[in-house]
Amino acid sequence: MADGTTGADAVLSVRGVSKSFGPVEVLHDVSLDLRAGEVHALVGENGAGKSTLTKIMSGYHPPSAGQVLLDGQPVALASGVDGERHGIVLLHQEFNLAEDLTIEESIFLGREWRRGPFLDKRRMRAHAAKLLADLHCRIPPTARIRSLSVSQKQMVEIAKATDHRARVLMMDEPTSVLTQDETDILFGLVAQLKRNGVALVFISHKLDEVKRIADRITVLRDGHLVATRPAAELGQDEIAQLMVGRPLHDLYPPKQPPAADAELLLTVHALGVPGRVFDAGFALRRGEILGFAGLIGAGRTELMEAIAGLRRREGGSVAAGAHRLAYLTEDRKAKGLLLQFPSRPNLTLSTLASFTRGPFISVPAEDAALDKAIKAFDLRIGSRDMQVGALSGGNQQKLLFAKVMETQPDIVIVDEPTRGVDIGTKQQIYHFIARLAAAGKGVIVVSSEMPELIGLCHRVLVMREGRIAGELAGESLNEEEIVRYATGLKGAA
Amino acid sequence: MSDAATTLGQTPPRPLLQRVDLRAAGPFLALVALAILGTIINSDFLEAGNLTNVVTRSAFIGMIAVGGTFVITAGGNDLSVGSMAAIVSGIMIVLMNWLAQEIGPTPWVVVIVIFAGLALGGLAGLLNGLVITLGKMEPFIVTLGFMGIYRSVLTYIANGGTLTLSGTMRTLYRPVFYDGALGIPYPVWVLAFVVALGAVVLYTTRFGRYCFAIGSNEEVARYSGIALNRVKTWTYILQGACVGVACDIYVPRLGSASSTSGLGWELEAITAVIVGGTALKGGYGRIGGSIVGALILTVIGNIMNLSSDVSVYLNGAVQGAIIIAAVFLQRGVGFKR
Repeated sequence: MADGTTGADAVLSVRGVSKSFGPVEVLHDVSLDLRAGEVHALVGENGAGKSTLTKIMSGYHPPSAGQVLLDGQPVALASGVDGERHGIVLLHQEFNLAEDLTIEESIFLGREWRRGPFLDKRRMRAHAAKLLADLHCRIPPTARIRSLSVSQKQMVEIAKATDHRARVLMMDEPTSVLTQDETDILFGLVAQLKRNGVALVFISHKLDEVKRIADRITVLRDGHLVATRPAAELGQDEIAQLMVGRPLHDLYPPKQPPAADAELLLTVHALGVPGRVFDAGFALRRGEILGFAGLIGAGRTELMEAIAGLRRREGGSVAAGAHRLAYLTEDRKAKGLLLQFPSRPNLTLSTLASFTRGPFISVPAEDAALDKAIKAFDLRIGSRDMQVGALSGGNQQKLLFAKVMETQPDIVIVDEPTRGVDIGTKQQIYHFIARLAAAGKGVIVVSSEMPELIGLCHRVLVMREGRIAGELAGESLNEEEIVRYATGLKGAA
Repeated sequence: MSDAATTLGQTPPRPLLQRVDLRAAGPFLALVALAILGTIINSDFLEAGNLTNVVTRSAFIGMIAVGGTFVITAGGNDLSVGSMAAIVSGIMIVLMNWLAQEIGPTPWVVVIVIFAGLALGGLAGLLNGLVITLGKMEPFIVTLGFMGIYRSVLTYIANGGTLTLSGTMRTLYRPVFYDGALGIPYPVWVLAFVVALGAVVLYTTRFGRYCFAIGSNEEVARYSGIALNRVKTWTYILQGACVGVACDIYVPRLGSASSTSGLGWELEAITAVIVGGTALKGGYGRIGGSIVGALILTVIGNIMNLSSDVSVYLNGAVQGAIIIAAVFLQRGVGFKR
């Protein structure tokens, strides 16, 4: 059995840790050491046990078996708060921010500074401003969480976590919603913390990032620790193979661009969304996979939502003829799926009219559709009664795909289709998108992951500050060009 | 995650005990417990006469609670139902007296007015629904406003006093409340019909599914292409129609309406819905539970009347305690995490 122990100078260790939820064992006999001044990356597919392991190490879950050691001594952490008291801080995957509080209030929630019986707002505000400045985050500490973008919320979470005098800081997918620039800032901060002797844990699905900042890498698969190695010894392909447990060929399917005279499915002309999108125009052909690149906040989602009729638009036109259009939201938890409901009602929610007999819903028809979706999308939903919220991110995303495809669209817009999804599922989603295009549909892919756009799309439009700044295809479709347009080095802004 | 079961997505058979949904069964168990308590306190409790009496007296709140289940499941709330009952009853009485004068006091007048009650309720609900959805306002505030408007307009129509059915119409309409078929009073039949219809609509139709979806997460419902405003407005129309039906059997009971008619019904109806297991924040609704909730409220009063140990004046206190206990128990067993 591989393990991640080193013997000496570990700040925090686990020895033989297992964890079961009911009858399901999600973590099996894992041993690992975290050292001061080292970045330890945890990688693995969704459901491999990464989040559970960090929750055990930080006190949110007690282990079912095995020990947690702090400075070589066994500790029983009673809760996440108890863990923080010992200097072990976990930055959660999901946001834990109250939407109506300000940034300052969020950062100090539960440990407010006071002067006598009164809140010392001035000092807290100044401190919050300093934390944000360290992250090059130009938002006032008095802004409400509700008004922030997803990446800004993440920055607030990071500011909050780093403010604890952490000896161990664990970050569960901190970069999944960050732009390249923000990621660079975060990594600068990580380097700083490393120099200060903090032990860091970094979870990410982005293997290039893992390679970039990790000193050691631990791979988990199905709750087992597969390997712990120095980062220098592992290539990205090797990591992916260890994660999946098999060699991973063909992450991206071969490209089959449409004929130049293929039918136009969608023509957008001079479309605007108040304050967000200006004068956007493009066309989509049958069989084409069209990418949309850009920094977060460039207006890509707003443009797509306006095209799908989910957002008010200002001027311009959208011509789709008789073609049906479907939009797959980037925010599957808040806008895509009913998390407290099982899979069946989620699958049919958009198309319930085709599952009725007379005025009544036909449950057998819905069940049949779910059977088909399970096969077509390789859905692993456990029990049929299981709430969708309890599924892994990859399975949620596949269910959302299945739901959208129930509408039998001719034009499919997918927004961040692989966010928070493991590499095995990513591959499935890419191949699925390619099959859609091969079947004569038009697909628009909005993504912040450039390799994905380059590997998958026939043509990529880059947006910047609400405008389409450039179009890339063929040889010129590469990361450097995308960045030039996205940041305004090239193209009219 | 184990792979054998998950790949197929099949449900492994579960032990029977786990299959009983405590959240759904809880109110029924509470009602049974109260019935046992009632029998211990006074052996007359289980007499057919007393039981019929209990159900008949629960009929008004029960019917309104059926409509309330739709509204609350879809994430809304309707505080206007008590005042709505007062104004609908008042207009029914005025209409009935007028028709009796114009076309003579025939049973047809009763039939017309019964349908008019249903339509008036639906209309008032439509008004609630349109103001809430088109005005993009909180249901709590809008229906609070209408609560004042409806009652005040009735008081104005009644000139501060009481609207009363004329003698002949009273005699003609009276049996609708006091008579019955097959030994069961008409109000109980009507209640059973409303409950059955409500359950079918909520659990087996698209509209019902949309109510759950909207109450659970409005954004997801919107992105799924559901016409939010239409579905929400319909929940208020249904609520209003239920109030209308309740008025159809309330008017013949007393033959009058005044500014105190239906006073406090909104809170009793909401209480019945919540005690019955429906989530106040929406997304989960139980029609059967709501009726049981209404019955529980009546049974508590009934037991207090039958027993001589506890003062009837404490009825409200016991009801309050039961509500808190019911919601507390739902918290405990309803959510697994």
